[in-house]
Amino acid sequence: MQTLLFALEVSLNGFMTGILYALVALGFVLIFKASGVFNYAQGVMVLFAALTLVGLQQGIVPFEHLINNLLGTSIHGFGWNMPTFLALLLTLLTMLLLAWLVEKLILKHLVNQNPVILFMATIGLAYFLEGFGDLMWGADLKKLDIGVPMGISDTVEQATYDWFGYGFFIDRLDITASIVAALLVIGLTIFSQFSKTGRALRAVADDHQAALSVGISLRRIWVIVWSIAGLVALIAGIFWGSKSGVQFSLSLVALKALPVLMLGGLTSIPGAIVGGLLIGVGEKLFDFMVGPMIGGATENWFAYVVALVFLLFRPQGLFGEKIIERV
Amino acid sequence: MKVRKLAISLATIVSLVAPPALADLVIPWLSYRTGPYSPSGIPAADGFADYFTLLNERDGGIGGELVKIIECETGYNTQKGVECYEATKGEGSLVYAPLSTGITYQLIPKVAVDQIPMHTMGYGRTSAKNGAIFEWIFNFPGNYWDGASIAINHILDENGGDISGKKIALVYHNSAYGKEPIKTLEKLAEKHGYELSLIPVDHPGLEQKSQWLEIRRGRMDYVLMWGWGVMNSVAIQEAANIRFPMENFIGIWWSGSENDVIPAGERAHNYKALALHGVGTDYPLYDDLKTYVYDKGLAAGDGSSVGSVLYNRAVYNSALLAEAIRTAQEMHGVSDITPVMMRDGLENLSVTEEVMTSWGLPGFAPPFEVSCENHGGDGLAMVQQWDAEAQEWNIITGLISSDKEVIDPLITEDSTQYATENNITPRC
Repeated sequence: MQTLLFALEVSLNGFMTGILYALVALGFVLIFKASGVFNYAQGVMVLFAALTLVGLQQGIVPFEHLINNLLGTSIHGFGWNMPTFLALLLTLLTMLLLAWLVEKLILKHLVNQNPVILFMATIGLAYFLEGFGDLMWGADLKKLDIGVPMGISDTVEQATYDWFGYGFFIDRLDITASIVAALLVIGLTIFSQFSKTGRALRAVADDHQAALSVGISLRRIWVIVWSIAGLVALIAGIFWGSKSGVQFSLSLVALKALPVLMLGGLTSIPGAIVGGLLIGVGEKLFDFMVGPMIGGATENWFAYVVALVFLLFRPQGLFGEKIIERV
Repeated sequence: MKVRKLAISLATIVSLVAPPALADLVIPWLSYRTGPYSPSGIPAADGFADYFTLLNERDGGIGGELVKIIECETGYNTQKGVECYEATKGEGSLVYAPLSTGITYQLIPKVAVDQIPMHTMGYGRTSAKNGAIFEWIFNFPGNYWDGASIAINHILDENGGDISGKKIALVYHNSAYGKEPIKTLEKLAEKHGYELSLIPVDHPGLEQKSQWLEIRRGRMDYVLMWGWGVMNSVAIQEAANIRFPMENFIGIWWSGSENDVIPAGERAHNYKALALHGVGTDYPLYDDLKTYVYDKGLAAGDGSSVGSVLYNRAVYNSALLAEAIRTAQEMHGVSDITPVMMRDGLENLSVTEEVMTSWGLPGFAPPFEVSCENHGGDGLAMVQQWDAEAQEWNIITGLISSDKEVIDPLITEDSTQYATENNITPRC
């Protein structure tokens, strides 16, 4: 009975972690769906968004190290901490500006190029953004605190103790992330179903050429979709950054999103969510049941093995569009 | 005209690629200012550079010779570390300090062939303490096995000498570094009767929910941590999440920097880590650093990491190497020493309280001596504890010794095996 309770607790935590994976995967899906580009820079966008947010919050002057070195000044911050709401707003504006610049400086020049070329361009973007973020905000570790509650939920612990005689651990940060992710998916669904821009996004996703022929501006759509991916990156950055502090490693959360994408499909928003949940629950349960027999640390590779096996039987992922090429 | 232009261009190129002045004492620093481990690599690189800048500015170098630091970026990547070694060894390099156990393992056979000493202060291959076999490797003043034993001795002290039946977990970076203390902890478990659980965390360690659920389910009494980089801060957050008592959570000296505790905020209060040296800037050396380095605008960094644990460790590391250079200069009667002389300097290093006072670091670390047989020092360390309110580490114990009865046979066994595999005849 106790093992069953432990397994249930592990599954619930896997479920919550899966949502955090899905948040990162969502950014990849949005861009791939609208432009056919696998955005290698999505993980770095998470880092860049979190760095910008925490940098503004802590009143750091962008590029202050560079300014000090070049001009011999000794600038160390604005001298005041920016209110979180204002910092969030400015970060969002920065991500919108980034989306506009990406379209203007990169994508515009690569229209009709092979998808591999676009993928290569995002690799370049990732490494540029990584260095640019460091230069802008500094490479030191920063504590991100925007008031998201953290730590064990007493309510869940007490309730499960009353029911089962064993109090479950659920992190309040994970609960908040789940609610935000649910709202985000609902918001994105409403946007894509009921707004004119959303319908244009879907049209582009379905068929670029047909969308262009009815007067939809592909470039405008790209800016919008990269902006939305920027918003998703900011949300993912807030939750992952609150857990670990904001530093370079944050960009590595993308590694957690890849098996989710392989499982859920690159073109489906529900796929990203379901894929995230399956990977989250699967890796935690596997580590709980099999990990102790083989020395633990199974999570990283297990997720990829599941995704790989899945690819063999359903290459387009759970919810992805079946690729049919007629000769 | 064309010939003249060509000659000028060639002369420019030659001047750019010319090796450093031969009189310089060249020390490469394999740094990582980029990549996932950069928050730890940056303060260390700054501390190392700042100390030698001080010696150059204040004393005109060591024994009249200027010190030249060659920083080579590895990104904490083993392959890049080896490339850095190959690229810099021909520059007259006296000693290597790779700040990475992975890179250390790759360089051990290489430095033996090239006859260049390597100092891995508190990291690397533990059994390199046996200088009779590892002629070119030094890991003083302490090693991982000392660390494991010191942590257990601290727990023993807290429990009146009896920890039989206690549940102790080791949360470790799933790499050569993280696995180092396992054998020692297993031997100590046999001796003291505690129950050891091994809980690995894969690189980079951003997600550790499974590990901490296991610790919660297992109702562990103590958790030891061998982590690095983001793994440390996430582990401390997760420990706080499950309300694990922080005073029972003890990290190795590489899991005890400000970077590790700050993300958890006040919830990291009372977290402990082992300390090879003192904390803060309350030492005369820092006055000199301010006068000769920071105020002159010669600091390697922006000054934000001055006095942090990793900055201090690198300052200590460079002070030890500088002392070894002095020793070598005195032994051989020359100021422009060679790597072989540097090996002699390291091997005859004597760090007394007087010596540390002369550095401007009185009482900073335990005194110790190095010899041909013992390249690892005495293996003493303290315990430091995080005060989240004051945002500072405090040393809470005196010097704690490791259990040589357990560790020495392990070192002999491991180093002898290495000697057999590599046809090395013990030299002293």
